[in-house]
Amino acid sequence: MSNEAVHNRRKLISMVMTTLTAACAVIAIAILTIILTYIGYKGVAAINWEFLVETPKPVGEGGGIGNAIVGSAIMTLLASLIGLPIGIGAGVYLAEFGDKWFGSTVRFVADTLIGVPSIIVGIFVYTLVVLPMTRQSGFAGSLSLAIIMIPIVARTTEEMIRLVPKSMREGALALGAPQWRVTWNIVLPAAASGIATGAMLSIARISGETAPLLFTALNSRFYNFYVDQPMSSLTVQIYNFATGPFEVEHQMAWAATLILVGLILVINILVRMFTKKKY
Amino acid sequence: MKNLFSGLMIFSLLSLTLFVAGCSPEGTGGKGGSVSLQGAGASFPKPIYEKWMNEYGKVNNGVKIDYQSVGSGAGQNAIIAGTADFGASDDPMKDEDLKKAKGDLLHIPTVLGAVVLTYNLKEVKEPLKLTSDTIAGIFLGEIKKWNDPRIAAENPGAELPDTEISPVYRADSSGTTAVFTDYLAKTSEKFKEKVGTGKQPNWVQGVGVGAKGNDGVMGQVKNTPNTIGYVEIAFAKENKLPMALIKNKAGKFVEPSLENVSAAAEGSAGNMPEDLRMKITNADGETAYPIASYTYILAFREQKDAVKGKALADFLWWALHDGSEFAKALHYAPLPEAVLKKVEGKINSISSGGKSLREGAE
Amino acid sequence: MSKTGTIGDSVFRTILIIFAATIIVIVVAMIAMMVQNSLPTIREFGLGFLTGRRWQPASDIFGALPFIYGTIVSSVIALVLAVPLSLGIAIFLVEQAPQKIARPIAFMVELLAAIPSVVYGLWGIFVLAPFIRSYLGPVLQSYLGWLPLFQGRLTGIGMLTGGMIMALMVTPIVTAVVRDVLEAVSTTQREAALALGATKWETTTIVLGNAASGIAGAVVLGLGRALGETMAVTMVIGNSPQISSSLFEPAYTIASVLAANFAEATDKLYLSALIEMGLVLFLVTFIVNAFAKLLVIRVARRSGAH
Repeated sequence: MSNEAVHNRRKLISMVMTTLTAACAVIAIAILTIILTYIGYKGVAAINWEFLVETPKPVGEGGGIGNAIVGSAIMTLLASLIGLPIGIGAGVYLAEFGDKWFGSTVRFVADTLIGVPSIIVGIFVYTLVVLPMTRQSGFAGSLSLAIIMIPIVARTTEEMIRLVPKSMREGALALGAPQWRVTWNIVLPAAASGIATGAMLSIARISGETAPLLFTALNSRFYNFYVDQPMSSLTVQIYNFATGPFEVEHQMAWAATLILVGLILVINILVRMFTKKKY
Repeated sequence: MKNLFSGLMIFSLLSLTLFVAGCSPEGTGGKGGSVSLQGAGASFPKPIYEKWMNEYGKVNNGVKIDYQSVGSGAGQNAIIAGTADFGASDDPMKDEDLKKAKGDLLHIPTVLGAVVLTYNLKEVKEPLKLTSDTIAGIFLGEIKKWNDPRIAAENPGAELPDTEISPVYRADSSGTTAVFTDYLAKTSEKFKEKVGTGKQPNWVQGVGVGAKGNDGVMGQVKNTPNTIGYVEIAFAKENKLPMALIKNKAGKFVEPSLENVSAAAEGSAGNMPEDLRMKITNADGETAYPIASYTYILAFREQKDAVKGKALADFLWWALHDGSEFAKALHYAPLPEAVLKKVEGKINSISSGGKSLREGAE
Repeated sequence: MSKTGTIGDSVFRTILIIFAATIIVIVVAMIAMMVQNSLPTIREFGLGFLTGRRWQPASDIFGALPFIYGTIVSSVIALVLAVPLSLGIAIFLVEQAPQKIARPIAFMVELLAAIPSVVYGLWGIFVLAPFIRSYLGPVLQSYLGWLPLFQGRLTGIGMLTGGMIMALMVTPIVTAVVRDVLEAVSTTQREAALALGATKWETTTIVLGNAASGIAGAVVLGLGRALGETMAVTMVIGNSPQISSSLFEPAYTIASVLAANFAEATDKLYLSALIEMGLVLFLVTFIVNAFAKLLVIRVARRSGAH
């Protein structure tokens, strides 16, 4: 074989492989497009004002998911109120003091918790909160979501703080500022946008969770603003609609999905726009 | 940005306040005479319960009743664990489970339902005729094809395809399953031995597909050709799916109509025990549909919260009287007169502090 | 350092330690709860629980094997489909595509991970399952029907559908980790290879060789995710505790049986059996994730040394 032929063959292989890998990317994008288009196409048909504000009605009488939207919002908010401070606090600890055995233990356990299937978190909270309270509740649902959120927030916070240049804190420490002031006034503000990004993404993540809510928040047919009562959520409602036998419910499942996925995509795109400069 | 974190601190304090403020006022669950009740249980009566609660809410503004169809087993768990104000189950509770309850748990029959066999066979135009033997054979995996001679014998002239039968059963614990298997076990020794009865019997491995809820089975049958499944009649009618005629004890093929279901209850009303726990499968009577059952609401006789207890008792009374029209529209047979009298007595026995909560009512 | 400073420091530190310790408390409590609640079945069945093939709650017979089998096989299907795809995407993004194209594509792949599980399930029921029943299934049966894997009834609901839905969900995760790993390989290696006249693909193979353990880590991480996937799988896998050679047959996974039956278990032993399976799932995902982390860290360390 001539040198040139070998060279051409190598070039050909290289081109083929490039095409193949590009094809993989195309497949992934095609799948995303198909899923999103289908949701849009099916969902738009069933969305109207009544659907957005009404509560569920007996089958065939219309009704909507207003209470599920409110329930999801309340539980996501409450979960964030519990999960963000703990998660961020733990993240700060890991970044600032976490180099000893306790830090590595926490880091390891946090990673473990991230990997725990969310249905197990639901069962845990059911045993821990629902049974003693003798009631499913929005609070129990929020707690499950918070437990899912905490380790994610902790680890992203740690990463973001570690990105803050050492020189910044050394300067302040040299001027005699106590460590906590340095962390509070210099390091955290410097890492704030990164931490906020992580927080937003974790909020997007928990707003799509279903499994941890099945046994904890259950569901409700009414608008409910009391967190010690069972609470409806978009995800559980979608699950009930989807597995139901009625065509009208299937349509409602798509419409509810459009709203849920729309919200999650908006958060993701916004976060992306904000962090564009950094990456 | 510093504010962001001070803000977070305030936020967490706020969250605590919010939580405390976010709890419903204790006791009656609302102000201005409003009461909310939480029910959970069987999916079999879900459409009628939701209809009742919705209509009752219109005439009694202050009463909000929620019902979540989580399954009969979960309904029994919920009333025992106290996570619901009332439970619902298609299957009467077992004695050993009743013992777990802290108090006297009442079984209140609300409507009669029927379990129908529905199938997805485009070729077959006339309703399929099935006997308990063919049904048992299908679910035991012994009758594998639709054109099996045993099915064909009962359906002369029907165009039965040469395709495999795909039975669909309930994978979750279910009262509908309990009724269905109770019927088959009564009529087939082999079925009793191999599968048994109950909410979650021992389905033959490799035969059939499991699905969750009446909903799930229905969806599975509706979406998959050559399937056969058992569901509550309303689900099949609502979806205009075909329903098989079943050969009853008297040897007649009967359709699952409200009259035929009532006929099954009527004949057995005299034998009803004091606690109202009763099965009416394979009942006597020329027109009795053989796979019928009561569905129950489970409530404690002694109610801790008088306001809630009264709301529940009043609702039940309304449902069984004014509500019976809605039941028919949704394909549930109302209780026969003889049974209704006994149930009224049970509702009137719901009390708080030893005092009947229905006193002074109609 | 001033006195207020040291007091402030220790207060600050204590608060943070409490937050950090919360994570440990949660996980320890979780393990304790599961161990305590699974004691009845552990006592009753011992290890036989894991190898028992019969799951008959009505007669108090609890064998977890069908669920373990379903969990493993569906996860393997997911990986078989997702790993080549993810590798392709990641290689394309890091090694082949110009930055301008790579960035939006990477973002779109990430969006696949943002779609909630229940939405994949919904899509699976109404789009993927009918597609498998009417198109993919018949095609597989006509070409590969001699394999036991593709025999049997086609309902569209079953192991294959569950595995495929999971593949979609695992792809963005594996892709992201492989991308990180590839990016961690130092550019000097690439430049050296290119300078020696290697083609783009040949350079890529060298990079891949160096990143091998990290890629393995990504795959294992994907496995961890697949094992615990709940909602989407519950909606499409058929929920039947059987061990069948056919991928078209319905199956059951540990996570789905927990979702479908946990609230329904009236019996103490039944509940205990479910929770013991939860414990098994917990331990397995734990080991898998720890192993994955170890593999990924090795690449990061190695490239750090360059």
